[in-house]
Amino acid sequence: MSSETKQILTTDGIPLEVSLKKAEKKNKIKAFLLVAPLLLFLVITYIFPIGDMFMRSVDDRMVTNMLPKTFKAMEKWENLDELPPEEVYRGFYEDYKLLAENQQHGKLGQRLNKEKNGFNTITKKLFRQIKRKKIDESASLKEQINKLHKRWRDVEYWQAIKRTAPPYTASKYLKGMDMYFAADGSIAQVDEDRRIHRILWLRTLEIAFFVTLFCFFMGYPIAHLLATLPMKYSNLLMICVLLPFWTSLLVRTASWMILLQQQGIVNDFFVMIGLVTDDNRPEMMYNKVGTYVAMTQILLPFMVLPLYSVMKTISPSLMRAGKSLGGTPFVAFWKVYFPLTIPGIGAGCLLVFILAIGYYITPALVGGASGTLISNQIAFHMKTTLDWSFASAMGLMLLTGVLVIYWIYNKLVGVDNIKLG
Amino acid sequence: MALPSYTETRYRIWHYIYIAICSFVFFFLIAPLFVIFPLSFNAEEFLVFSEGMKNLDPDAFSLRWYKDMIYGTKNPWGLAAKNSFIIAIFATIGSIILGTLAALGLSSRHMPYKGIIMATLISPMIVPLIISGVAIFFFMAKAGLAATHTGIVLAHIILGTPFVVITVTATLSGFDHSVTRAAASLGSNPVNTFMKITLPLILPGVISGGLFAFVTSFDEVVVVLFLAGLENTTIPVQMWTGLREQLSPTILAVATCLILLSTLILVSAELLRRRSERLRGINR
Repeated sequence: MSSETKQILTTDGIPLEVSLKKAEKKNKIKAFLLVAPLLLFLVITYIFPIGDMFMRSVDDRMVTNMLPKTFKAMEKWENLDELPPEEVYRGFYEDYKLLAENQQHGKLGQRLNKEKNGFNTITKKLFRQIKRKKIDESASLKEQINKLHKRWRDVEYWQAIKRTAPPYTASKYLKGMDMYFAADGSIAQVDEDRRIHRILWLRTLEIAFFVTLFCFFMGYPIAHLLATLPMKYSNLLMICVLLPFWTSLLVRTASWMILLQQQGIVNDFFVMIGLVTDDNRPEMMYNKVGTYVAMTQILLPFMVLPLYSVMKTISPSLMRAGKSLGGTPFVAFWKVYFPLTIPGIGAGCLLVFILAIGYYITPALVGGASGTLISNQIAFHMKTTLDWSFASAMGLMLLTGVLVIYWIYNKLVGVDNIKLG
Repeated sequence: MALPSYTETRYRIWHYIYIAICSFVFFFLIAPLFVIFPLSFNAEEFLVFSEGMKNLDPDAFSLRWYKDMIYGTKNPWGLAAKNSFIIAIFATIGSIILGTLAALGLSSRHMPYKGIIMATLISPMIVPLIISGVAIFFFMAKAGLAATHTGIVLAHIILGTPFVVITVTATLSGFDHSVTRAAASLGSNPVNTFMKITLPLILPGVISGGLFAFVTSFDEVVVVLFLAGLENTTIPVQMWTGLREQLSPTILAVATCLILLSTLILVSAELLRRRSERLRGINR
């Protein structure tokens, strides 16, 4: 606004523009203050800990802190194909002696052994020599240490120590994809028969995809029926969708465990109709079949509800118009009704897929060995092997996948359009 | 769904196939829940229908598993139920307070960065539970809250607030803001306006969000498994342990009680939804 035009003033003499901006700002702060408690709470208890997970997953400061003098001396080690100079040996000796005094040398040996097999033996040998005070600190340490074991004369072992120098590592992420850093620093694949994680990732994707597909093919017809039936019938049928939705996940899993067991009702039924013989009942639990059946039933309401809320808004006259213009019921459905339900399909499928990809309880109970998913592996490392950094790394890999889907969902549907019940 | 008399045969057939498919899916959804009822009254220890039950012999049915659930000496169900209710009630109260405040702020048209803040607030609902569990466990371990009721309540507030935020924001989307302006012009302060005008109008949304938060907490097992010590065991944790070790009929008795509870919640949620729609003037 140019200064020549006459400014509009409020009653207290302040220009209206300034006054408005001030009020606007005040409202903004007011609105933000209402959100602030929850936002702050979530950031402290939830968002930061997820960041903490990331720090844990790349943290590799243990050796860095244990061998400070070694790594300082290694800066002067120029030709990496030859054995390091005397200073490096001296630095390593001094670091190791300090660790031995503090009873920390075992940890270092184990960690280095992970980097290159055979370290445990030669560090223990060094430890015994130090304990018996057989090492003369005034003479060349390089010669004395090299004499202890032929591996100390192998440059690859010194290179392995050097590789542990950086405080951060991506090795846990590589491990999650069945890869590792080879001796020369390049990325290598794990032997084919030991690639367990890749199988799990693929299986997780496969199960999530097929569960979504099953939910779609089962959910679409009933959502359509619910949306087109008169209110008094559809309310009654809606209970069939909502009761499982509100019922405990463990209760529903328990009921599938009863139904699918070898002496269970489903098998009884198969025997009755002559599909299988009584002494040859198929195993339907503790494998993929169990996971598929139980997960489909448990996640089906999450498909039906968004579909229903979209279908409810489609006027039945559109189908009648399609038919009156000469389309057969199939053509009218395919060209008129189906395209209008696509937002609901997107919402339902993405919701089910996101939920399925991170499923834990049901696969752990009915999945057995061939039906477990990546979540079960994360829980295994959290609780049994206590390799928390690896669990964090895999968790974050899964989270990245989910966030990509969430982002697509947000673009297509918008999070504020999620409807519950 | 009666077909008009002029319908061709092939569409007639197609229509009956469609009805058959729908019936099958409804059956698939609801039938598993009803298996639990009769088996929980089984007089025997096995989880299959005995010959006596198939012949409706009264001796084949008994209440022994319900007695075991309540009076069984080695059973942790009493403690678990107490913990579950305490944790769920506090988590619900916390979620309602934080979630409603946030929803009020988010519904204001002055709210800056609405999209990203909304996405952050909803994220605990989208992030897989196992990841939430790991992250929350790291926090609670550092804060010294692992294996305490407080820690579990806080964790469940994290998981429960998104539901409150969503339902209350939805209720507020049909909210007529001129009524609060009218109150203000008549001299009411903001707190009074909220308590006397806004809250009664959005109450159905708040309560239904609270129901979601309650059920989420009451049914949550993944995060509790990371956080809980022996003293903090809850009903889902006990069921999880029971289902992993051996399926005993006592679990079915508990499951029956849980189904009755969820029926109760379903009815209240449904009544609230209708009331809310009536209040917002949405007529169907």
